[in-house]
Amino acid sequence: MAENSNQNTNVVVERLRGWSPNAISEVIEFRGDTTLVVPRNVLRDAAERCRGDKELQFNLLSDATCVDRYPLEPRFELNYQLVSIPRRDRLCLQVRLSADDPVVDSLVPVWPGANWLEREIFDLFGIRFNGHPDLRRILMPEDWEGYPLRKDYPVEGYRDIPSIATRYTRNRP
Amino acid sequence: MTIQTATTTVDTATGKAKTMVLNMGPQHPSTHGVLRILLELDGENVVKAIPDMGYLHTGIEKSCEDKTYSQAITLTDRIDYLNPLGNNLAYCMAVEKLLGLEVPKRAQYIRVLMVELQRISSHLVWLGTHAIDLGAMSVFLYCFREREEILKIFEFVTGQRMMTSYIRIGGLALDPPTGYLQRVDKFVKMMPGRIDEYEELLTGNRIWIGRTKGVGYISAEDAIALSMTGPTLRAAGVAYDNRKVFPYSSYEEFDFDVPTRTDSDCFGRYMVRIAEMRESLKIIRQAMKKIPPEGPVRTEAPGIVPPEREKMKTEMEALIYHFKIFTEGFSPPPGQAFAAIESPRGELGVFVASDGSPKPLRVHFRGPSFINLQALPKLIEGQLLADVIACIGTIDIVLGEVDR
Repeated sequence: MAENSNQNTNVVVERLRGWSPNAISEVIEFRGDTTLVVPRNVLRDAAERCRGDKELQFNLLSDATCVDRYPLEPRFELNYQLVSIPRRDRLCLQVRLSADDPVVDSLVPVWPGANWLEREIFDLFGIRFNGHPDLRRILMPEDWEGYPLRKDYPVEGYRDIPSIATRYTRNRP
Repeated sequence: MTIQTATTTVDTATGKAKTMVLNMGPQHPSTHGVLRILLELDGENVVKAIPDMGYLHTGIEKSCEDKTYSQAITLTDRIDYLNPLGNNLAYCMAVEKLLGLEVPKRAQYIRVLMVELQRISSHLVWLGTHAIDLGAMSVFLYCFREREEILKIFEFVTGQRMMTSYIRIGGLALDPPTGYLQRVDKFVKMMPGRIDEYEELLTGNRIWIGRTKGVGYISAEDAIALSMTGPTLRAAGVAYDNRKVFPYSSYEEFDFDVPTRTDSDCFGRYMVRIAEMRESLKIIRQAMKKIPPEGPVRTEAPGIVPPEREKMKTEMEALIYHFKIFTEGFSPPPGQAFAAIESPRGELGVFVASDGSPKPLRVHFRGPSFINLQALPKLIEGQLLADVIACIGTIDIVLGEVDR
């Protein structure tokens, strides 16, 4: 099983490097999962390759999500989980974004299913997607301020919560 | 048309309204929760549809970051409340992958048994509510009667009917009580006849066929492009099932089929789910034979999996580990893992990232309802208003999972 996944990885890395030598900046192998770190400017082309290449055929975008590594830099890591149904293979594409410029090309032209996933990332992390057809908040109210899943956003939000002491003494004589 | 610009369009020549905007939900009973859809209608035809959700957003992913890895299991129950055991399993598999833990075979088989029972119960809720949406009242009552039997088994084995938290990191919460297999056996013997009953009520029913056949068609290419998974994708003819394609929890040892159809309409999806219930029964029967009567249900991993009660009374290390697990938790190595299972609704993926601390850096749930719902406008645009309800039902959404 492990050997098989290594072979598949080699195919993907080979095909992408063969297309452009600097298409992959890092290959991470962890517990049988392969993550390819891709520079931001080639993401859409690399994704297009992954989907369209006859030997790769990653036709299903399973998931897209973001990790906030605040206060480290580059702060944001976008992870795209790709599935190839004909080849029975999985792959993770990763893009790293800095805190002062969290903008990346949208993958909606490659997989239309990326639409809501990217809207969710925009909603909760404040990352902007170039070329997204409908970049609106999706889970939070439209007038919400801030991006709740960022690490510098408190878990309990910005509401005024009375301290425990006042909560217990407020109604006492 | 966006939500801000959703207005009725007027024909300037005659002054008559051409299309009107109807706000469906969030309190509409057949939206299965609190889903709001903006429908632009031309007479009775849907011109455009914009789903709007977030009414049930409770920030589960953010809350997970504030809990230890074991504590977050209770939150996973509450995402997809028709599939709590499946959510437990997906989350635990992701954390086990992060830790590199192996789960004992006995625990894996019991997991399979429980998750397949859960699949049947989830499909029963789907079938009952979908039928009641389309006007067939009695099927709902029969489905909930059988679902109750499954919930009783869950209560017997896990102690809870719904929010089970039974599957834990490294195995199971506790050994199932004696006699649970007899109860499952009784259910498995009863169920095939009951499925025949539902089919008698619906499959040949002219009203049912009229309401579902040819309604909500989506091609296989569109379904894959929109990332649809589960019965909706299989009804389009793509045999993509995580249990077969990327087997987990020893599914490769079980013999079952992946039912597919090619008509890809509401009727096809109904037939796929009915067939899936029968396949699940097949898996349960095999699992009952496979589960060894004796053996550990938790892996041996000091510091990660809580030690047995008896050991804590005699061994000092066990007591220390127990204390440490429940006070500070355990710290997986830095890295990230993605584990996916086949939930009743499709591919349920859990992404866990660790920075080496006892709390997860990020937990993300790839909810199949959320992503399948994305295809709803594609299904209903050009259809009649009455078919909107059939199409919402056929995707089988759980709003708890859509909004998380």
